[in-house]
Amino acid sequence: MRKWLVEPDFILTRDPDRCINCQVCVRQCANDVHVHDEEADLVQSDSEKCVGCHRCAALCPTQAISIEKASLEFRPNGNWTADRIRAVYKQAEGGGILLSGMGNDQTLPVLWDHMVLNASQVTNPSIDPLREPMELVTYLGRKPDRLELNRDANGKVSLATELAPQLRLETPIMFSAMSYGSISYNASFSLARAAQAAGTFANTGEGGLHKDFRPYAKNLIVQVASGRFGVDPDYLNVAAAVEIKIGQGAKPGIGGHLPAEKVDAQVSATRMIPERTDALSPAPHHDIYSIEDLRQLIYGIKEATQYTKPVCVKISAVHNVAAIASGAVRAGADIVAIDGFRGGTGAAPTVIRDNVGIPIELALAAVDARLRDEGIRHQASIVAAGSFRSSADVIKAIALGADAVYIGTAALVAMGCHLCQKCYTGKCNWGIATQDPMLTKRLNADVATRRLSNLLRGWSLEIKEMLGGMGINAIESLRGNREHLRGIALSDRDLNILGIKAAGE
Amino acid sequence: MKRIYAREDLCLGCRLCEIHCLVAHSKSRRIISAMTREKGQITPRCKVEESGQVTFALQCRHCEHARCLEACMTGAITRDPATGVVLHNADKCVGCWMCLMSCPVGAIQRGREGHVASKCDLCQGEAAPVCVANCPNEALLFEDREERKK
Repeated sequence: MRKWLVEPDFILTRDPDRCINCQVCVRQCANDVHVHDEEADLVQSDSEKCVGCHRCAALCPTQAISIEKASLEFRPNGNWTADRIRAVYKQAEGGGILLSGMGNDQTLPVLWDHMVLNASQVTNPSIDPLREPMELVTYLGRKPDRLELNRDANGKVSLATELAPQLRLETPIMFSAMSYGSISYNASFSLARAAQAAGTFANTGEGGLHKDFRPYAKNLIVQVASGRFGVDPDYLNVAAAVEIKIGQGAKPGIGGHLPAEKVDAQVSATRMIPERTDALSPAPHHDIYSIEDLRQLIYGIKEATQYTKPVCVKISAVHNVAAIASGAVRAGADIVAIDGFRGGTGAAPTVIRDNVGIPIELALAAVDARLRDEGIRHQASIVAAGSFRSSADVIKAIALGADAVYIGTAALVAMGCHLCQKCYTGKCNWGIATQDPMLTKRLNADVATRRLSNLLRGWSLEIKEMLGGMGINAIESLRGNREHLRGIALSDRDLNILGIKAAGE
Repeated sequence: MKRIYAREDLCLGCRLCEIHCLVAHSKSRRIISAMTREKGQITPRCKVEESGQVTFALQCRHCEHARCLEACMTGAITRDPATGVVLHNADKCVGCWMCLMSCPVGAIQRGREGHVASKCDLCQGEAAPVCVANCPNEALLFEDREERKK
């Protein structure tokens, strides 16, 4: 009997008619799956180590490699699925908490796929976005209760109301918080540059702001999280906005841990912590135990930035998210970001990633409805996060009440991520979630910036097409306009919470 | 003139440049045939240099003052007057290796094709050299930097 009961997740096969023994796969795999047997002059592969990231297959010049799910089946069992049995084997072996990267991968229903959009027919004209202007510009921040105007002697009208600071987005899509440390320098740099090129914002995460990224700070939202890494007055003032991170969708209620091996000289300088020490973010902010405490931090940041920047509070979508969001708005948040349970992470206990939190669709609808009911919806913008896979998800979120969305996983996928969920190992073969210099150089920041910009452009064009089809020429007119959504195969309760009608109604 | 420039900070060391170079200079010009049936008979004109974490692809620099050209006694190495590309004619080459000796960057090799030298021809006839076109990380650039300086 083998000592290790965990069977490989994937079986890697090499077509001997196509393999040219070039060893590109050997040089590319950080998990040492492929080895070149010099005596036999043959490349051999050890499937047991394969994480299914496709790096070798993507670079194989003859498409000789195929990777399949291991077909070693257990006796069919609807309760004890292969994943659950394997998890027990792993845990019995190591006795620790099982870790995962990226977002919840369970097969719970994705409500975006149960919502459909409207289009104009006969009685209301649709608009062709190629021929007519289509407005995606979005402003995030506190809106005034009412507008007061001044009229001078000549009848010229000017605005008397002082407006709160706003973020101007050319498209309602921002890059989610991903810290430098959890992702590589080139990945962070690409996000910042692509945000600037597209006229939107990237979020530094809680990893501080690398000095090289300062020129892009006008398009960066900086985060103040429970670890307070890299926070000083300059950090707050150089950015476009400040985000207080209370929770993260992938791991609500728990903190973060960047292992010491990832804290190299650059990461250490950026986070303002000693080199090669663990960067531990506590689960709560130890100075925030109430909405009143949150208010103190929000206003502390507003004071530090002379009320020139919007302050965002990011919370994960949990059971009473609507009440928490309402509290955050009343505490002075100008933007509330809500991260759903499918949001990504560099590392989280699998059991938490897969079982804690609620879907963003329901959380967003509940928060928007609550803030409207309380008459404070205009006091803060809502940013939805937690797995937006396409422009359709984005536009549905806006119709449900979001002002803008954060994309994290989609941005990583655009840069080459294959969702192998092994970010926490630090061996990302695509050069994204790693600090190993041999791996980080695999991500060409120019290429990644181009790919991110293309993604934002493509999604924005698609959003315009969908808006045009609905006969709407500005994203503002769709925001919170749930009449443009219908639900399919949802319970009355779901429809009620989402605030939408069923298809056919 | 347009030359190949390596970005060592982005080179993966995957050696796909070598493979595609070899295929481009093979008889069959088909990757599987070139890498199996013609194996050992073709020299890749570019070579990945490796030292620790630093890797980059090296190929003939097509020097303005080409020492190999001056050293070649048979006239096998010539410069295309129109493009400035330094070319090697294997039919005239006698394998004296003076070009290898004089090349300051070590970009000329003893060819496997016979007793002749082998060097990069910038893939004459192609829009861009195949090493540049096939580099998965765009770590090889084909550009005219003198033009840019002007």
